[in-house]
Amino acid sequence: MKLTAPLVYGLLACILLVSAPHADHLPLWVSAVCMMLLAWRAYLTYSGNPLPARWLLLAVTVACVVGIAINFRTLFGREVGVTLLILLATLKLLELRAVRDATILIYLSCFIIITNFFYSQSIPTALFMLLSLLAIVTTWLHLQTGTLHLLPRMRIAGMLLLQAIPLMLLLFILFPRVQGPLWGMPQDAYASSGLTDRMAPGSMSKLSMSDAVAFRVAFNGKAPPRDQMYWRGPVLWDFDGTTWTRGRNATLQRPQLDDAATPIDYTVTLEPHNKPWLFALEMPTQISIPADLAPDFQLLNRTPVNARLRYNVRSLLSYRANRGEPPQQLRRALALPPGYDPQAMRLAAEWRAAGGGDMAVVRTALAYFNRNGFEYTLEPPLLGTNSIDEFLFTTRKGFCEHYAGSFVFLMRAAGIPARVVTGYQGGEYNDLGGYYILRQWDAHAWAEVWLPDSGWVRIDPTAAIAPARIQNGLSAALPDNAALPFLARTQSPFLLRLRFNLDALTNQWNQWVLGYNTERQFAFLTRLGMEDVTWQRLAMNLLAGVALIVGVLALFMLRHLYQRDIDAVQRVYRRFCTRLAKRGMVRAAHEGAQDFAARASARFPQQAGAIADITARYLALRYEGRNDPASLQGFRHAVAAFKL
Amino acid sequence: MLAALQQRFDTWALRRQRYDSGTVTLNQRSIYILPTRQGFAFGFVLVLMLLGDINYNLSLGYVLTFLLATMGGMSMLHAFRNMAQLQVRAGHVEPVFAGDSARFVFHVHNASKLQRHCIILHDAHGHSTSFGVAAFGHTEAELGIPAPQRGWLNPGRLTLYTHFPLGLFHAWSYLHFDVRGLVYPRPAARLPLPAASADDGSGKQAVAGDEDFAGLRGYVAGDALQRIAWKALAREQGLQVKQFNAQQGRELWLDWSQLPAIADERKLELLTRWVLDAEGQGLRYGLSLPGIELPPGHGPSHRTECLRALALFGLGEAAA
Repeated sequence: MKLTAPLVYGLLACILLVSAPHADHLPLWVSAVCMMLLAWRAYLTYSGNPLPARWLLLAVTVACVVGIAINFRTLFGREVGVTLLILLATLKLLELRAVRDATILIYLSCFIIITNFFYSQSIPTALFMLLSLLAIVTTWLHLQTGTLHLLPRMRIAGMLLLQAIPLMLLLFILFPRVQGPLWGMPQDAYASSGLTDRMAPGSMSKLSMSDAVAFRVAFNGKAPPRDQMYWRGPVLWDFDGTTWTRGRNATLQRPQLDDAATPIDYTVTLEPHNKPWLFALEMPTQISIPADLAPDFQLLNRTPVNARLRYNVRSLLSYRANRGEPPQQLRRALALPPGYDPQAMRLAAEWRAAGGGDMAVVRTALAYFNRNGFEYTLEPPLLGTNSIDEFLFTTRKGFCEHYAGSFVFLMRAAGIPARVVTGYQGGEYNDLGGYYILRQWDAHAWAEVWLPDSGWVRIDPTAAIAPARIQNGLSAALPDNAALPFLARTQSPFLLRLRFNLDALTNQWNQWVLGYNTERQFAFLTRLGMEDVTWQRLAMNLLAGVALIVGVLALFMLRHLYQRDIDAVQRVYRRFCTRLAKRGMVRAAHEGAQDFAARASARFPQQAGAIADITARYLALRYEGRNDPASLQGFRHAVAAFKL
Repeated sequence: MLAALQQRFDTWALRRQRYDSGTVTLNQRSIYILPTRQGFAFGFVLVLMLLGDINYNLSLGYVLTFLLATMGGMSMLHAFRNMAQLQVRAGHVEPVFAGDSARFVFHVHNASKLQRHCIILHDAHGHSTSFGVAAFGHTEAELGIPAPQRGWLNPGRLTLYTHFPLGLFHAWSYLHFDVRGLVYPRPAARLPLPAASADDGSGKQAVAGDEDFAGLRGYVAGDALQRIAWKALAREQGLQVKQFNAQQGRELWLDWSQLPAIADERKLELLTRWVLDAEGQGLRYGLSLPGIELPPGHGPSHRTECLRALALFGLGEAAA
């Protein structure tokens, strides 16, 4: 098998297809270099020029590896590994010298497909995988079939893939799932998107540009009103002038709820976000998985959430939270970085001097936001060192992090303990699946102030500027021309319907395909009627299933081998010949029907009439084109009546 | 160790199979399948992938790995199916001269509605040909096997194999046809024919007077001593040989006993050359070998008869 041009183009297509999904997380220059190398290879094949010399390739390879080392500052870890793999596969195309190299490239492309699953395992990714596989197998076949054209090869490839699906499903269901990593994973092993424990101007609005799902919630019973749906995430205490951070709690005391009422139960399916925090309605009291409730009512998983996680929570919607907050925590909630934002400090001091207690100051602050021409926007202007002052007195355009941050700053300046709470707000109801979807664009930041007799009270300053944000979601609160993710715009009912359908499908996919772990496998197999699922039993069933499916497929595949191309006339004539052959009158391979008839008549003179009749009928049917059903029927009867 | 295993397998496979005459139909009894080196490499890649899936908990990775594994496994059935129920029959072999390649033709018939792809036929010495067979189709696979020496040439055990569809499995079958091709002796370098005898047919007298003298030419090893031009040698013109014109209608005897004392094989080569030349010049010629005498004649069948006698001379198979 030579390395023909179609084979090289096929390999080019494979590498291009499997690397394409990586384009958005590869460094730009790597993508550019790969594209250039692919184009170069295509040109060399097209023009028939020889491949570049080895020293040149070696130089390019070394340069690229050094470039990657500088870019990532390391040569280890997943991102670097994937980048190197793609680059080396592309370079391998340029030193394609033997069939063995082509096979290596085929195997490499299969491997590159799998690396894409680090980043995405959605339904479109799965479909794209099938497409890439089709291209790979089509090219692969080229190594064995040589001259066969593209379309028939594609048909064989498609057939191979289709036939593999039943066994694949069986293996997928029955192959024993091992929980957890087999070896320590590099830190970057999981995609992380979502809320962090830092909040600076711009961090929330950046998150709002993503339509990625954060989590889904199914309520047991009635859902609370939308303006009560504050999904609590990281609580931020410490402020350094620009950024709010979580800091360390000064106490280990369990948080305390008084006069709690309105319990609500629900199940959250959290997407992996590589951080330990879990999200729950304010305020959570019970959770079905081992998790810690921090003193500031933050739910923390014991390990970072790097696989989809389901948990049941009970929350209480009305409460008095931590009325007995320890003094050291209150001191944290009053701390401000010295020397920042003097104007805001003065404004807060004025409000405090006006008297009327803590609640009056809170109301004054909200009214201030409401009346002074503040705007709610996803594209706030950049802020300098005294970010709070600039926002409050100059730009007056901001997103929830600006309002929450400056509000907490003002409260602390006025002597009221306050903190920033981040999380998600609202959610979109999918009536097909009966659950709420929380996406990254639902990320929100609000404030909590501590009042001596009420404990921590939630104040959402954004609601003072853009009440629609809380009531109806992000798209309702922003002007129509704001840049929003496509899905966030409320569209025609049809599109909305489609979106819900897609999400319900995605949810099923997540639950059944991506979330198919040890427990789910156990539960599923038990439901199918397998008692006491053990490895041995799984293996037995697996073997039996494989044998069964292979048997059925083999029958299906091999049956074509025995389908002979014999028409009805020929079959009947053969019956006649067989009958004669039983009496020692064998028709030779070269013998025509008439010669055979003459020989047979000589041997069986008393049957000569019948033999001549049958032969004449046969010749008429076969060679004179008189192929009507009546003649065939007559022929059949004549042969049936033939006796020796 | 591997070689020993291979040998044991070969003897076993040989014992299972006798010489085939007529049509051989490949079936599950005669088709063997083992993974190729690429097949083992692919298995290794799959294990790596599976470890990755387990470690990183990639559900879609499991899907891909199982899909590839199943496809690889199923390709074994495809490899079998690509060979099964093929009917192979050895065809006619044209005689060749030693030093050429004998072209063994095998008729491969596909009686099923499945197209067969890229099947390779090869002999023990690595000569091979590859072919495909259309549905309900027929192909002639032609295998060129070098014929180094005269006599009967048997292609030996042939192997028919396929790596279709993915190159992961080697499906093969042995063919052991009792087909043989006749190999004539290698014709010697061009030499003048011996002089034709007189019409009286009296003799195997190779030299008959000088009346048809045609000229001189350089001496070549093997020239008869009687024909050396001694006079020319005396004139210091080097070793030369007298040439005589053969004439139409004369009978020519190509006689083993008249040849100078050279190796038997060289004699056969020389006679072969003369048979070809005599036939080419339209002469009537007879062939006389120890124990065999073919009366003078002319024409393709006579030529074939002579060459056959030369090819099989002394091999004890002349009758075969």
